[in-house]
Formats: sequence, structure tokens, C-alpha cells
Amino acid sequence: MKRNSAYIKGAFIAIALCFGLLAGFGQNNAHAFSNQVVQVGATGEDVVELQSRLQYLGFYTGNIDGVFGWRTYWALRNFQYEFGLPIDGLAGGTTKNKLAKASKYDKAWVNKQIDKGKKFSYYGGEKKSAKSGEAKGGSAKSGTPKAGTAKGTKGTGQAKAKPAQVKPAKNTPDGYSQNDVNLMANAVYGESRGEPYIGQVAVAAVIINRVNSASFPNTVSGVIFEPGAFTAVADGQIYLTPNKQAKKAVMDALNGWDPTGEAEYYFNPDTATSGWIWTRPQIKKIGKHIFCN
Amino acid sequence: MIRTILIVLLFVAVAGTGYWGYSEHQEKNAVLLQAENNYQRAFHDLNFHMDSLHDKIGETIAMNTRNQLSPALAQVWRLTSEAHNDVGQLPLTLLPFNKTEEFLTKMGEFSYRAAVRDLDKNPLSDKEYNTLKELYANSTEIQNELRKTESLAQKNNLRWMDVEMALATNKQPEDNTIIDGFKTVDKSVEGYSDVDFGTEVSNMEKMKDRDLSQLKGKKITKEEAKKIAVDFFQLKKNVKITIESTGKDAKYDAYSLTLYNPDTKGTTYMDLTKKGGYPLYVLYDRNVGKPKISLNEAMLQAEDFLKKHMESQMEMVTSDQYDNIGVFTYARLDNGVRIYPETVSVKVALDNGDIMGYEGTDFLLAHVDKRTPTFKISEQEARTNLNPKFQVKETSKALIRNDINEEVYCYEFLGILGDDTFRVFINAENGNEEEVRKLKEAEPSYNDI
Repeated sequence: MKRNSAYIKGAFIAIALCFGLLAGFGQNNAHAFSNQVVQVGATGEDVVELQSRLQYLGFYTGNIDGVFGWRTYWALRNFQYEFGLPIDGLAGGTTKNKLAKASKYDKAWVNKQIDKGKKFSYYGGEKKSAKSGEAKGGSAKSGTPKAGTAKGTKGTGQAKAKPAQVKPAKNTPDGYSQNDVNLMANAVYGESRGEPYIGQVAVAAVIINRVNSASFPNTVSGVIFEPGAFTAVADGQIYLTPNKQAKKAVMDALNGWDPTGEAEYYFNPDTATSGWIWTRPQIKKIGKHIFCN
Repeated sequence: MIRTILIVLLFVAVAGTGYWGYSEHQEKNAVLLQAENNYQRAFHDLNFHMDSLHDKIGETIAMNTRNQLSPALAQVWRLTSEAHNDVGQLPLTLLPFNKTEEFLTKMGEFSYRAAVRDLDKNPLSDKEYNTLKELYANSTEIQNELRKTESLAQKNNLRWMDVEMALATNKQPEDNTIIDGFKTVDKSVEGYSDVDFGTEVSNMEKMKDRDLSQLKGKKITKEEAKKIAVDFFQLKKNVKITIESTGKDAKYDAYSLTLYNPDTKGTTYMDLTKKGGYPLYVLYDRNVGKPKISLNEAMLQAEDFLKKHMESQMEMVTSDQYDNIGVFTYARLDNGVRIYPETVSVKVALDNGDIMGYEGTDFLLAHVDKRTPTFKISEQEARTNLNPKFQVKETSKALIRNDINEEVYCYEFLGILGDDTFRVFINAENGNEEEVRKLKEAEPSYNDI
């Protein structure tokens, strides 16, 4: 029994060693990326790596933010052009292999900076002609932890290198900011937290319809805080912390889903105090609310 | 002894409560006063802006030289938006004040359109001058009513908070001056709602008047709608379906279906048009786990879905990842021309590639089977109208709706200027720059939620 467990232990260590080796190699070859194809609009670790590697080679000068935006797109296309790859702006297998061979990437260090939200200077070496295809700037060997790499190379003469920032970013629906999303989530949660999901999307859609309407203010905050417009604002329920579902509903509405058929009003027939609201042309009932024009 | 102590304690407690109550009362009054002050400011601002608006419109009528008219109209535009802003701060939502707000919006659009137009080439028509004159008369009346309300409110020391409280408790306030005043204002505008703002302003209304009557096919029944839904999702029999019809005042006649699938514990919501049974939107609600597939794979799923459910050829125009959800929009491709008004959105779960939603209302409303493309100038000619610093990367043909809501054929140039990426649309008939759209970049996270 005892011998058996020792054997298992040994096997584990061997496996662990193998993984360690693999991980060591992984630092500097294509296995570093996951095997997914990365395209415009994507977010996540693959994008962080893509941006870091492109920045290392001098193609990408923006922030390493983990969002595949247009600047990353053009940087990638330039890379594909210089390296004789088909120019499609997609980071697929071949592109990632080429990129991994040409550049260095210290995942642990970059992630640490992102977690801290810290500023750090230009990642990798100086801006250089990408044609050489080899990174001379980075000095540290693969596999060794090198918290100093980027900082160290910073000093080694990079005339054009602008300070870049590692700062996580997020996609937001066109024309709206994260703050708008949060404010709307608060309003939706305060107004309709007992409602089915579709009822919450509907409330968010009404807010957007009002923003677009001639008879209401033209901003999200203007519509929400218009005195008397929403009971949740009047009684302070808007300041409750919204849950994930409310936010999801807001995102759906901002991305164009409108279950209400362009409604601008809604009311709860059980609690509505104003007689006037009953005179509005009614469209449909979702959950407890009646939506009207 | 003990009795004395008790009495003293009791006395202290009573005094303490009294003091606490008094300070609470003071605080409440302070807060009320603060709110009252905000309302007062908005109300007086509104009056002030209406006064200046009235004067400015009067000046524009008197003006003859074009180079004076444009700035004056721009002023009118600014003032309408200020006044609109003031109205938005007053507790009037449950009062019928919509007409006045609408008047302000229309006035704003009219002045903006006229102000940015090249008045040398394209002067104000007689009709537009008449519109201006009518607007002037209109604003005179609004101004008078508002002033009357303002002075009465001041004389009788009326408080907006009383109006607010009355509205909240649904009681009639003792003095109705403010509410009555605003009702009169709104009535006076109503009489003018037929003012002819010319074609350019009614375009906003044009968008409102779109309907689904052009759809092909005949009216479907509830049972047929259920069958369409079952086929659409290739559902098994155990799914619970509830179906409701939209009210008689709905702009888009539709059936709303809710499908609950006990196997996946997910609920799907969908609206089908009564005419023809086309899906207006689909939303599937379930918990989505951590992303396991890439945005690229999700896009392939979305394209698969579109091929299955749409006859038209669609081309992706945006793709965005929101944590574990991918959202894609597609525009119809018609003989190599991107038809931007005809777009659909598809939402895909990144944990397993399920289609989470589809939105096709815009597509159904804007869809026209046959348009005749007009490309009078060449791409090279169109290029000469671009900003010389703008670096073109891709060119394509497109149909867009311009800012007065007309459909125009354009050359679309995707390119960069500095660090930003733009889509520029050049009218393919006269070379006008129809639209310059800066493409959004991701927004930095300020706090993680």
C-alpha cells in the first residue's frame, strides 16, 4: 500500500514536470495562444497576448486593454502584410504561429500589471523594422520569470516608444457608456425586479425609446431622472444595487431588442394612480406592466 | 430617591426626543427646500429661454442677409434645446405637456436644418418663411401663458413641491394655478400642431409612420403562429407555449409567444407578425456559463442561423463580445451593395454557441425587394471629396439613410485618421459627404462589475 502511494506520487511528479516543461516552452511559442481564432470585437486573454506581441514588434501603439478594437485590427493587418500572410485581420493558426515566433510575451508579468491596473511603459523592445522578424530588444530568456523585462528594456533606448497602459477595457453598445449601462440597470432593477426577464428588457427598451423620442429629454439620465417619470426614482428604489439580470436586460435593449413595439409609457394597472395613463393607446401587456404609446 | 432619578431620566428622554424630532423636521425642510429650489430654477430658466427664443425667432423673420440668418437660426436651435432641457426637469410627466415638448423639438430641427444649409445656394423658401412666422406667433402665445403662470405663482407664493405632492398622492392641490397654467400652454400649442415644417422636419415622423403592411403573406392565426415557433426552434412536444395578441393600438400587429422548455429550463420569448408570420424578435433567457468558444466560432453559428432563417444574403457589419455573449449585426447585401437600413442582430452564447436572440424589426420595416442603384460618379471621383489626411483602407458600395432620413446610395470608405478609424459615406450621385462615422473603441473599465 505504502509502496503503491509512493509510486503514484512519483508519477504525479513526473507529470507535473512534463507540464512544467510544456509551460516553459509555452512562454515563447504558439502554444501560448489558445487555439481559438481571434477576431474584431473579441475580448480576453488571447487579445491581451495579441496586443502585447504586436506591441513588442512595434505594430501596435495603443493600450493593452484586452479588447480587439480597430487599432488592434490595423496593427494585425500591418503585421500580416509585412510577414507575407493573407491580410484578413483575423488571428488564426498561421498568423499566431508567426507572431509567437517573432515576439516574446511574458504572460505572468502582463497579467500582474493588468490586475494592478498599473501603468507600464512600452512593452518589449524599441520600435524597429518588423521585417527582421526577430526581437532583439527583449533580453531575458524564455521560461524565467522576468518581472524586469519590459522595465529593463525601457531604458535601452526606445526613441519613439510612447508609454502604453495596461488597462482592462470593455465593449459597450454604440453611443452608450458603461455609466449609462449602470444607471439604466439601476432604474430597471428598481422599477421591475419582480418581473420576468422579458419585462425587464421591455422597461429598458422604454427608456431608450424615450431618449429617441421628441417628447422626452435626449439623454439616458435626463429620461430617468425626469421628475415623476419613474416611481423607482421618486421613492429611492433606484439606488438599490442591481443584480446581473437587470444588467443583462439593459444590454439586450441597448443592442436593439425591443419587446414593446416602440412603447414610450408603461404602468402597473394594479397600482397606477393616474387616470390619465389609462387614456394612452395600449400596445401589450408584459408581466404585470401594460405598455402603451 | 429612585423616583426622582426616574423622573429626571424621563424628563431627559422627553427633551431628547423633542430635540431629535425638531432637528429631523429641520432637515426635512432643508431637503424639501433644496428640491423646491431646483424646480424653481428650472421653471424660471424655462421662462427666460422662452423669452429669448421668442425674440430670436422674431429677429430671424426680419433678417434679410443670409450670412446673418445662419447664426441666428443656430441660436434658435440652441435655445430650443435649452428650453427642452428645462422642461425635462419639471415634474410634468403626468401632465399633458407633450405637445409643447414636441413643438420645441420640431422647432429645433427646423432651425438646425436651415442653419447648416448653404443659404446662398438654397435660400429659405416662401413656405419656410411662413413656417417661421407661424412659429413666431406660436412662441408668442407660449411665452404669454408661461409668463402669466410665473407671475401668478410668484404672487400667490406657490410651491412646486405642493404640485409634486399632489401629483404623488393623486389629490387635487388646493391651488391649481401651476397645473392649469401648463395645461393652457399645452392647449395653445396643440392648435398649432399642424404648422407645416416642410419636408425636412417631418422626416422624423416618417420614421414613426413605418409599418408592416408591405410584408408578404396573409394573416396567420394563433395556431399557425405556434406551429411556426415550433418549427423555428425545432422544438419537441413537451414545450409549454403561451401566446397573446398585441392590443388594438399596437403599431406592429403581432403575436407574443412565450416558450418554456422543461429540458433546458430556459424560456424563449418571441414576437411574430400577424401578417406573414415573420419573427420580429427572439430572446432566449438562460444562464450562460464561462466563455468556451471564440467570438469567431460564435459568428459562424450566427451565420448558420441566418442562412437557415433568411432568404436574403447578409454581411456582418459589427461583432462585439460582452463577457460571455457575442452580438453581431448583419446588413443585407444586394448585388454587392450593403443595405444599411436593413439590418438584423444576432446574439450568441459563448459557452456552447446557442443562439440567444435575434432582432429583425428594422429589417422588416425597411425591407424593399427591388431598389434601383444610382451610382453616377465613379469611386475615384468620390475619393476626391475625402479629407486628404484620411487614409483609405477599404472601399465598398452602400445604401444608407442620411440625416434627413432619405435613402441614398454611397461609396463607403473605411480608413484611419490619426489613431481613430472612420467610415465615410460619399453620395454616389453628387459627391456630397453624407456621413462620417467614428468607429467606437473599447471603453476603459473604471470599476469591475
